[in-house]
Amino acid sequence: MNKSYELIIIGLGPAGITASIYAARKKMNFLALGKSLGGQALWSSEVQNYTGFQFISGVELMEKFKEHMEKFNIKVNENEEVALVKKENEIIKVKTDKAEYESKTVIISSGKMPRALNIPGENEFKNKGVAYCATCDGPLFADMDVAVIGGGNSALDAVLGMMKIAGKVYLINRKAVLYADAVMVEKAATSEKVAILNDTEVVEIYGDDFVKGVKIKTKNAVKELSVEGIFVEIGSVPSSSFAEGVEKNEKGEIMVNCLCETNIQGVFAAGDVTNVAAKQIIIACGEGAKASVGAFSYLNAQKELI
Amino acid sequence: MPKNVIVYGLSNCPYCIMVKKFLEDNKIVFENKNVGEDKSAAREMIEKTRQKSVPVIDIEGKIIIGFDKEGISKELGIETNN
Repeated sequence: MNKSYELIIIGLGPAGITASIYAARKKMNFLALGKSLGGQALWSSEVQNYTGFQFISGVELMEKFKEHMEKFNIKVNENEEVALVKKENEIIKVKTDKAEYESKTVIISSGKMPRALNIPGENEFKNKGVAYCATCDGPLFADMDVAVIGGGNSALDAVLGMMKIAGKVYLINRKAVLYADAVMVEKAATSEKVAILNDTEVVEIYGDDFVKGVKIKTKNAVKELSVEGIFVEIGSVPSSSFAEGVEKNEKGEIMVNCLCETNIQGVFAAGDVTNVAAKQIIIACGEGAKASVGAFSYLNAQKELI
Repeated sequence: MPKNVIVYGLSNCPYCIMVKKFLEDNKIVFENKNVGEDKSAAREMIEKTRQKSVPVIDIEGKIIIGFDKEGISKELGIETNN
């Protein structure tokens, strides 16, 4: 027999945590699960726009969220990754890497994850030279030559950070020009340590035990570039592929209305995984609250029908 | 006898901060090695794990990569509510 709930909250970032606090206060029979408690907010080194906190780090803010959650004895399954959400015969099935559940409603608040290059060598050398967060892992590559892949603000952020600690920094940009803020581009362009390679695509990552370099392709040639660290900074994508039958836009964001309802009755979504206008911690929290209220009302309406 | 625990980490990495807080909350004494500042610690960590990501927790030779709460708790006999 599968475990059965009134509500399952998928994702443990600001949206999911807030949704679970609302659900706990309404004494719903629910489960909250996800990969990491705190989610993407953990990676914010400075949060300056969360009302009530003029300045706080993402980790500290998420500690506070966690403490708030713990006050309600909420059942939280960390390190559990969802594989499938599907509504069948009025029951929503939730399959994860650990178990299968059934629920009357779900809130999908699984956020976004870094976009991958999807090229040979990327998976093989993950954590062996390939990294997705220069501010966190950067110091491990002190004095080494590194490549930053991307052309937007996060890529330039990585370049400016690595410039101070690495050897040579190659910025590899697929497009003809960089699309980051001009101030940042100028700083990178005037540094002797930085080489900007526009119109250049990374086609393969190679190495032995660790990364040794990348194969890059320009208009008329493929060549090897020897580096020990690679920072992939090409944006993020919504974690929504597990949601079957749920309407998404061209970016893969789950389409919600202003009540956080999706096209499937009983399936709600909140936060960065949706088409909500801005991807912000405070907005994700509000959306999580709305989704939870929505799920509660939906359940009540269902009960009245019986 | 308390077990010998080493945490290899970096100052800006969220899971390093979280793993250290988790150990402190559970009154586990550990040695903190900053692999960004201490190059010999970085080499030591890479030799032990053959990989370059943090945090790494060494509990009397048993290596755990990442903030694996379950794994760490099991190794140190910490009771968790989940």
